[in-house]
Amino acid sequence: MQMFHNSTSTVLIAVLKRDLVIGLRHRSELFNPLVFFFIVVTMFVLALGPYETTLRQVAPAVIWVAALLASTLSLDMMFHSDLDDGSLEQFLLSPHPLIIIVVAKILAHWLLTAAPLIVAALFLGLMVYLPQTAIMPLLLTLLLGTPVLSLVGAVLAALTVGLRGSGILLTLLILPLYIPVLIFSVATVDNAAKGLAITGELYFLGAILVLAATLAPLATTSSLRIRLG
Amino acid sequence: MSSLQSFLHMGGYAFYVWSAYGLSFIVLILNVVLPLKREQQFFRALIKRKERVSKNK
Amino acid sequence: MFEYFYKYGSPRHFYDLSKMFVPWLGGICLILLIAGLTGGLVLAPPDYQQGEGFRIIYVHVPSAWMSLFIYMVMATAGATGLIWKVKVADALARASAPLGASFTFLALVTGSLWGKPMWGTWWVWDARLTSELILLFLYLGYMALQTAIDDRRTAARAGAILALVGVVNIPIIHYSVEWWHTLHQGPTITKLDTPSIHISMLVPLLIMALAFMFYYAAVVLLRARYEILENERNSAWVCELIEQRRG
Repeated sequence: MQMFHNSTSTVLIAVLKRDLVIGLRHRSELFNPLVFFFIVVTMFVLALGPYETTLRQVAPAVIWVAALLASTLSLDMMFHSDLDDGSLEQFLLSPHPLIIIVVAKILAHWLLTAAPLIVAALFLGLMVYLPQTAIMPLLLTLLLGTPVLSLVGAVLAALTVGLRGSGILLTLLILPLYIPVLIFSVATVDNAAKGLAITGELYFLGAILVLAATLAPLATTSSLRIRLG
Repeated sequence: MSSLQSFLHMGGYAFYVWSAYGLSFIVLILNVVLPLKREQQFFRALIKRKERVSKNK
Repeated sequence: MFEYFYKYGSPRHFYDLSKMFVPWLGGICLILLIAGLTGGLVLAPPDYQQGEGFRIIYVHVPSAWMSLFIYMVMATAGATGLIWKVKVADALARASAPLGASFTFLALVTGSLWGKPMWGTWWVWDARLTSELILLFLYLGYMALQTAIDDRRTAARAGAILALVGVVNIPIIHYSVEWWHTLHQGPTITKLDTPSIHISMLVPLLIMALAFMFYYAAVVLLRARYEILENERNSAWVCELIEQRRG
């Protein structure tokens, strides 16, 4: 690794760049959650039947549950490869504050996983007959919700990094914690589909995001220190 | 005796009430018995190991 | 004063204390249980709406209260172990989890058994039961994490972080689920509301709740004792204990 300057933003940008480059190099790792997203929605449609009336009613719920599951799949990669190649220990030993590195990694994860997910969600929304009025709100809830997934997911990925069965363990631990985001996001999109107001729900999602952004990086650094200390 | 019967009958809800209490009782007992057993097994295993070690000396 | 806590924070003394206190706490619990059950099953009059069926609340509500209380204790003990490195706190946290899960499970099942005769279905997704279900997931996840990590000290610290994350989430989850429930509800009242409670019904409930508290106190000391033994299995005092048992 090249020598970093001591500036906080330099470290952040350097780690961000590194993670983005590595992520884009292993493009298949990014594709799989996306394909999973499509498959899960398809399964729901196959189970529920092709009729527009039914699908339109469940569209917000189906899209969000599928997005959530797909997102959870991609969490393992946050620290896994770093643990394997020894970079994680280097991060802990480095003179730069671990929290900056963690923030950079979370940001990278979000950029790599959420962006394709959001684009896919818009397509899938059309496929399950999501009403026009709900499409922008869906985008908004995903923009507010996916960072929360990356943030809270980082804490749990750090707690479970390298454990036997960490993949499924991570999923089991994290899904209950995502429930508030799920409830409020689906409610937002549902309301939008019916033409009702959505500001209250969006504010709540925003509040959750702020809380997560404040606490998660700290919890993640503690977790990394505990697991690798 | 009929008051005992009517007590057990619980106004027709006997199955639900007694299942609830019965299950609670079982769970509470298990949570006492299982740890006690585990402690016993812990000591038994370590004693066995000590005997083996001292035998081999 | 600090030395007082320091002494009792030590695993060795905790083990001795546990042996001393558990029978007493158990005895008090038993007395309270008898009092509470007599009050609840015999003395309290049948509810005018629900008949004798309402008596399930004497196990359902205390279980639900304990399920939440124990999570708070677990998180606090975990935090204490994390921040001040108190070994006994780690043991108490780990020991509390199965108890909390048991009470959550009981709250769910007794809730279901209460709901079936009253409202016709074995399960109803009302806000409280749904929150309890999620709480069960949180407990099970905590236990799974502790089991997955081999080093017990690391497991305790990781568990503490998870419990703290859970503690922050629990109010949010409760609120979200309640809000979700009112969204999808409609004009009917929340199904598992306790009936408007008369004093003769309330007193046994409080006694039962107290009984469950003493039960928890006794059993957590019992379980924590075992956790301490496992943590300290290579230490001198444990070896001494084994020698005593051999002889």
